[in-house]
Amino acid sequence: MAKTAVQEFTKGLWAEIPPFRLVLGLCPILAVTKTVENGIGMGIATTFVLICSNILISLLRNVIPKKVRIACFIVVIATFVTVVELIMQAFAYPLFLKLGIFIPLIVVNCIVLGRAEAFAAKNGVVASLADGLGIGLGYTLSLTALAIVREVLGNGTFYDIPVFGPTFEPFSFMVQAPGAFVCLGLMLCIMNMLGKK
Amino acid sequence: MTDLPLLTVSVSPHLKSGQSVEKIMWTVVACLLPPLILSVFIFGLQTLIITLISVISCVAVEAISQKLLHRPVTIKDGSAVITGLLMAYIIPPGVPYWIPVLGAVMAIYVAKHLLGGIGFNIFNPALIGRAFLMASFPVAMTSAWLPPIRDGAIFKYMGSGIDAVSTATPLYLLKHYGSSALMEKFGSMSAIYGDFFIGWRPGCIGETSALLLLIGGLYLIYKKYITWHIPVAMIATVGFLTWVFGGERFFTGNPLLAVLSGGVFLGAFFMATDYVTSPSQGTAKLIFGAGVGALTVLIRLKGGYPEGVCYAILLMNPTVPALEGWFRPRRFAPQKGAQ
Repeated sequence: MAKTAVQEFTKGLWAEIPPFRLVLGLCPILAVTKTVENGIGMGIATTFVLICSNILISLLRNVIPKKVRIACFIVVIATFVTVVELIMQAFAYPLFLKLGIFIPLIVVNCIVLGRAEAFAAKNGVVASLADGLGIGLGYTLSLTALAIVREVLGNGTFYDIPVFGPTFEPFSFMVQAPGAFVCLGLMLCIMNMLGKK
Repeated sequence: MTDLPLLTVSVSPHLKSGQSVEKIMWTVVACLLPPLILSVFIFGLQTLIITLISVISCVAVEAISQKLLHRPVTIKDGSAVITGLLMAYIIPPGVPYWIPVLGAVMAIYVAKHLLGGIGFNIFNPALIGRAFLMASFPVAMTSAWLPPIRDGAIFKYMGSGIDAVSTATPLYLLKHYGSSALMEKFGSMSAIYGDFFIGWRPGCIGETSALLLLIGGLYLIYKKYITWHIPVAMIATVGFLTWVFGGERFFTGNPLLAVLSGGVFLGAFFMATDYVTSPSQGTAKLIFGAGVGALTVLIRLKGGYPEGVCYAILLMNPTVPALEGWFRPRRFAPQKGAQ
């Protein structure tokens, strides 16, 4: 492993940014990006789980038997998701209500399990920390970017502040499920166009 | 001259009918124009402006998409013109002028060119445009119905507050208030049949005149550009199922009213028969048309919307490859293994 921790961190922000490069974790990105607030909240919660589970799994990587590793990973991840859930209930209750079922569903987010399986189980603690932080921040960025497009067009607001004035006709397609798919598809398309050059 | 080869070697087909995409498309455009002209007299001059905006945006989006995607620009083949016309025909006559522009972007760029361009789109682009507009601007798309003009004042609705004169469509009245409310508003049943057949009723821009759409459709059938299977199967299914299930008891529905209202004729002749998104063989066509009709009646009677032709066709579009596979034409060659 010649890569430094910095490289592991920065790859999550562009080269392997989920879900535009790694097309994983699509369920939350389609479901919770109606508003910027939800997007950022979900991103931070996922980042926290990613970092913690990456560190712990990296520490335990020589102890966990290969045959039952997925179950062990899930237990570790579920632990931290429960932590996040309780923290949000205590300190950010309105946001918790808005995100609803999608907080517990971080357990089955493919990005978290994917990083545990593909990275933390094979690398040291520092590298895993950097990887979790990078991927987590990248995921937060993607969620926020999609949420900005959808909230500004679909609701005429940014972080609940009106941006277009009262005459704007909201583009309610964008805040519905098909709008999320179309918007994500177009963003993937733009990312691929940028990536080609 | 001796350099010219005496024999040309080429692959089949060797006999050509003289048809081309352009010829067919421009004929369809011509068949679609009479309902537009009539709509100017029914709903006023703004229908013409909406339709022009829709057509121009569709052609412009087509040209821009093809440039962006490095494909040959084929705006002259008329397919974008048809999409623009059809999309304008299925939106209400009182919508703001920017609505068809957004619909054109969705219909041509996303639903047609991102899926591979003409010949590769799974869904009918004009219908995707309308479905997108319905999802985006439900208020503008469902409250802009205008009562027909009786006195020839075609400038009546230009620029005035549309909200003040908007009305309910026949299907909306039927769905929510029953046929007595319909008769109260539009007169006796025989007057309703006459008006609806010619086109004097609230509705989308180009869907109201069953008569003109029928003439255009029959001409296309006569020219062999479309076949009778899909329109007949669709209209018959709508009529039959409404007769069976549309009334308060079984077999008391009004099939004639069901067929003459909404977008049944426009959908049957000009949308469900789109070459790319409908089957190409007889049996599959009949089943496709019947499926569209059945889904239309299901949405009208049990769904949340008063009209279902648009969604019915969109729902049947992705079944086309399966239908084509299940109902292959018989092969002329002997069966495999036969002596």
